[in-house]
Amino acid sequence: MTVIQSIIIILAVVLGTMVTRFLPFLIFPEGKTPPPFITYLGTVLPYAVIGLLVVYCLKDAVFSSFHGLPEAIAVLFIVVIHKWKKNTLFSIGAGTVLYMVLVQTCFR
Amino acid sequence: MKKKAFKAALPYTLPICAGFLFLGMSYGFLMRSKGFSFFYPLLMSLFIFAGSMEFVTVNLLLSAFQPLHAFFLALMVNARHLFYGISMLEKYKNTGWKKPYLIFGMCDESFTINCAVTPPEDVDRGWFMFFVTLLNQIYWVSGAVLGALLGSVIRFNTTGIEFVMTALFVVMFMNQWEETNQHRSALTGVGCSLLCLLVFGSESFIVPAMALIILCFLLDRKRGGKEA
Repeated sequence: MTVIQSIIIILAVVLGTMVTRFLPFLIFPEGKTPPPFITYLGTVLPYAVIGLLVVYCLKDAVFSSFHGLPEAIAVLFIVVIHKWKKNTLFSIGAGTVLYMVLVQTCFR
Repeated sequence: MKKKAFKAALPYTLPICAGFLFLGMSYGFLMRSKGFSFFYPLLMSLFIFAGSMEFVTVNLLLSAFQPLHAFFLALMVNARHLFYGISMLEKYKNTGWKKPYLIFGMCDESFTINCAVTPPEDVDRGWFMFFVTLLNQIYWVSGAVLGALLGSVIRFNTTGIEFVMTALFVVMFMNQWEETNQHRSALTGVGCSLLCLLVFGSESFIVPAMALIILCFLLDRKRGGKEA
C-alpha cells in the first residue's frame, strides 16, 4: 500500500467513526425538540449502555481458557469493595491490581 | 472556573491514565513492529481516537486497498457511539464551542465518566466534561507515541492492565445503580447484551444487542412504562 492509499484508509476510518459520534447530534440539533421516544431513550439509555459496555469488556472472557473465572473474581471483589468503601478510584485500582496478580500468577 | 473544573475532572481520569498509557503504548509498539513510522500511531490516535478501531486499522493498512470496506467496518465497530450520542443529547447542550470537541472525543471512557458523574454544584459542567475528554485523549495519544518511540525499552509485566477499563465500567454501573430506585433500564442493558452475546458470539453481538435494547424500551413504553 502506498502512503497516499494508507492515508485514504485512515481517512475512511476517521469518517466512519465520526459518523457514529456526530449523527445523533446532527439529526437532533439543540434548537429542535427530538421526538418523545428519543427523549425517553435519552433518559433510560445511559443506564442500559453502561451495562452493555460491561458485557462488551467481558465478551471474550467467557470463551477463554478459564471461562472468565479471574474476571468473575475481580468483578466480585470490585462490587464488594465498592459497596463497602464507596471510593471510585480505590475500587478501580484495587480491582485492576487483583486481576493483574491473578492472570500473572494463578491463571497463566 | 477552569481551574476548579480541571481539579474536579482530574481524579476521575487517573485510572484511565494508567490504562491508556499502557494500552496506547502497546498499540504504538505494535505499529512500529509492523514497520510504520511513529507518525502513523500519532495521527491515528489523534484523529480516529477509538481504541479498538485503531487496532483493527493496523490490519486494514496491511491488507488490500479497500477504503469503502474500511468505512463500513468503522461504522459497525463503533455503532455503540450512536447510543452514547442519544444519551448525551441533553448533557452536551449549551456547551458552546466545546460541544464539537466533546462529541469528537466521545470514547467509551470519556462517555462513561461524563454520563455517570455529576460534578459538584460549584463546578461548570461544560468545562468538567471538556477536561475529562481532553485529558483522556492526551493520555491515549501520549501512550501511542511513547510506545512507537521506545516500545521495547520499557519492560515490566503489564498483562491484565486492560482490566482497568472493565473495572471503571463496573464501578460506574454501580454508581448509577445507587442513584436510582428504578433498575429496569440497567437490567435491560445487561440482559439484552448477555443474551445476544450467547446467541451471536463475541464478534457480532453489539448491533443485535443495541436493536434488542431499543425494542425492549419501545415495548416497555407502549405497555405504559411512561412514568419510568
